[in-house]
Amino acid sequence: MVATDVKLAVRDLNISYGGQRALSGVSLDVHEHEILGIIGPAGSGKTSFLRTLNRMEIHQKDMTVEGSIVFDGRDISRVKNVYALRRRIGVVFPLPVGLPMSIYDNVALAPRLSGIKKKGALDEIVERCLTRAVLWDEVKERLDGLGSLLSGGQQQRLTIARALSQEPKLLLLDEFSIAIDPVTTMRIEDVLKELKQELTIILVTNLVQQARRLADRTAFFLDGELIEVGETEAFFTGEVKDQRTLDYLEGRFG
Amino acid sequence: MTYSDGGGGTPGQSLMFAATKLNTRNHRLQWLFRALFGLMTLILIVPVGIILGVLVVRGGPAISLEFLFSFPTDAMTAGGIFPALVGTMWLVAVSLIASVPVGVAAAIYLSEYAVDNWLTRVINLAIINLAGVPSIVHALFGVGAFVIFAGFGTSILAASLTLAVMTLPVVIVATRESLQAVPMAFREACWNMGATRWQTIRIVVLPNAISGILTGVILAVSRTAGETAPIMFTGVAFFFPFLPHSVFDQTMAMAMHLFVISTAVPGASDELKYGTALTLITLVLLMNAVSIGFRSYLRGKKKW
Repeated sequence: MVATDVKLAVRDLNISYGGQRALSGVSLDVHEHEILGIIGPAGSGKTSFLRTLNRMEIHQKDMTVEGSIVFDGRDISRVKNVYALRRRIGVVFPLPVGLPMSIYDNVALAPRLSGIKKKGALDEIVERCLTRAVLWDEVKERLDGLGSLLSGGQQQRLTIARALSQEPKLLLLDEFSIAIDPVTTMRIEDVLKELKQELTIILVTNLVQQARRLADRTAFFLDGELIEVGETEAFFTGEVKDQRTLDYLEGRFG
Repeated sequence: MTYSDGGGGTPGQSLMFAATKLNTRNHRLQWLFRALFGLMTLILIVPVGIILGVLVVRGGPAISLEFLFSFPTDAMTAGGIFPALVGTMWLVAVSLIASVPVGVAAAIYLSEYAVDNWLTRVINLAIINLAGVPSIVHALFGVGAFVIFAGFGTSILAASLTLAVMTLPVVIVATRESLQAVPMAFREACWNMGATRWQTIRIVVLPNAISGILTGVILAVSRTAGETAPIMFTGVAFFFPFLPHSVFDQTMAMAMHLFVISTAVPGASDELKYGTALTLITLVLLMNAVSIGFRSYLRGKKKW
């Protein structure tokens, strides 16, 4: 049985797309209230890994998943109510998606899906989530404007606010800062450090320095394999088990 | 012909922008294709313009409130077209009530739920074939299926259902295309938040596909109002001097009436024929205008 502080236990995870292997034999634990950074070059299977945690493979016919993923003590492949599972896991994908509805509705969507109807409660959630995503000051005057017409960086923060509105226990961030300016990125990073008290975060990033700033532990993916996972500080001070990790961190490939 | 940038710079500067032989050739080709495509577009407008022009000039004088709202007289050589006008509206309304819900539901299933397997491929093939069936064959199917087998007799219901079967592929294809034009990322964002497929369809897919669905409805209306063959055996009478009271009555219809007075009524004046044709085309354009107006209203509201 998994220990109590293990939020997510992944064992021998294989993912393939129509026979093409994307991820092989990944085993990994994610602890409660930690930020796990995942780094690795493009095509190393990071995004596939995140999609699988949210059971998105059921919407993609050619995607097959083997192995076990235990979240909060339950094997997610046996969870019948995937909708409830997904409500507990917030996701931010790299391409920002402001849904073509008002900014307010974008953030109120998930609470409404889970049955919250009271205007006051929704108002409170919308303000809190937009504030945490460092978007509130920019949009508070025009919450009825279309979310899909915001700038790329604003849409990305809207996506973050939407993920937070689910009150997730696990937050998956995939290149969340790709379209956001450095100053705002820093402010969001500060919010993430605070959020760690409430939830568990998996942070996929191409910016190794971002992983260094935020992650408690860091995992290195390469060509669909987990090369190694360890304490972030150890990683960045060169205490790595595999030469390839060091090569990647020092920018010799990738 | 060469072209220059026309600026008044020194010779040395303008040399930088001087046209090479390749530039000149590309420029000419670009002009040629533009002219060619423009010409094709004009050719497209010509028949529409001529038809409308002739109808307005020759049929216009026949149009009056009396013409629109009175019954035909003197063995259909004079009088108005009221029963045919009312009949066409019945046919369009009943057939849309049948074809739009079925067509939209089928398109949603095919686009949002169905997986790609032999069954869906067969269904898609069937839809394409259904669109290709000649309307007279639809008419015979309608007689067999609705008039005789279902026992509706020759009635508005039988005729409308025949028209509905005929326009179903139009509605399905237009709806499916517009559903598939909604970006996949919208659906994924919704699923990621724990929405079911139906919630996703209701919240993000349908609201953004509605203008495309209306395009299908517009096309269906035009075909429904204009077709003659599918209704002549199934519910539309040569001459039926009453207004229909229910869907089980027979009726007259504009397209059929035009066909009859043009071919089978020796004494009908040209003015009467052109007037009837003008009314039919105006009716179709009006119904389209309403949907187009509604569509642009919706487009103005939803954007990404």
